[in-house]
Amino acid sequence: MNRFILPLAIFVALVALLGVGLTLNPREVPSPLIGKPAPHFELPQLHETAKTFTEKDMLGKVWVLNVWASWCVSCREEHPVLLDLAASGAVPLYGLNYKDKREDGLAWLKGMGDPYRLSIYDFDGKVGIDYGVYGVPETYVIDKLGVIRYKRIGPLTPEIVKDKVLPLVQELGRA
Amino acid sequence: MHRVLPFLFLAVTVPWAFAKVAVPAAPDPALEQRVMTLASELRCLVCQNQTLADSNAPLAVDLRNQVREKMRQGSSDSEIVDYMVARYGDFVLYRPPLKLTTVLLWFGPLLLLVGGFVVMLRRVLRRRPAQDFEVTASEHKRAAELLAGNEAERR
Repeated sequence: MNRFILPLAIFVALVALLGVGLTLNPREVPSPLIGKPAPHFELPQLHETAKTFTEKDMLGKVWVLNVWASWCVSCREEHPVLLDLAASGAVPLYGLNYKDKREDGLAWLKGMGDPYRLSIYDFDGKVGIDYGVYGVPETYVIDKLGVIRYKRIGPLTPEIVKDKVLPLVQELGRA
Repeated sequence: MHRVLPFLFLAVTVPWAFAKVAVPAAPDPALEQRVMTLASELRCLVCQNQTLADSNAPLAVDLRNQVREKMRQGSSDSEIVDYMVARYGDFVLYRPPLKLTTVLLWFGPLLLLVGGFVVMLRRVLRRRPAQDFEVTASEHKRAAELLAGNEAERR
């Protein structure tokens, strides 16, 4: 009987390991940007093309940057969550319209509601590359010193907003 | 004449079509070669089991352009790799660096191999040599009979 215990233990351990592996999302690659200063950008705004916006404008505030595009299917799913977050007034929400046609981006916000204080317009995706964007939508929480504290790849859900984003925003706001 | 025309048409257009395919993607083939060599070391984040060189995902195209631009500006390969890692993490590298977090990745297979050898070795060493066994006189006799082919008679 004894000689079955070791193989059984190895088998159980392997099953546990693979089981955990199944619950992980291979798309969620840990970002090296967490804890680093938000990369610099200065981009025209989506609505007011003559005006620019840079991450420096937000120094001293905790804010959320959400990368979105009108061609992005998951963004549609995420949109109500963003509208709720904006309506709650818990944190200023800014958008980065990623590799989109300007008129498509504007039509999207007009049709579905605009949760953003403003959106910046990254036509060629260069700023997206600096922020390590690869699966729109992506969301960043940036602290008062301009350091990225959290990144979400994929759509925000009400649970993630409630359990991760809002507590973090509160904590950073107190700091 | 009208029979010859299609052939003439093909004769004129086919080389042109081939020529179009053969045009290099960039005016500088040496640079393009360098871009593709480096790109084949980098993972496409969108389609994770393809390299940047293989993938035609929009982000892969953008990143290849970024690599090309950086090379034109005189960046070395390792500078470009650092640039990618700073944005996307070690995950972009098909040959990840040896770090505390990647030790298992690098030495895991070796560990399994050594473990397998240890188990095998222990099993082999523990196996007892075949025991000498006594052969009784009657067994000797029966063996001799079998060898002599007297089996049938005994029955």
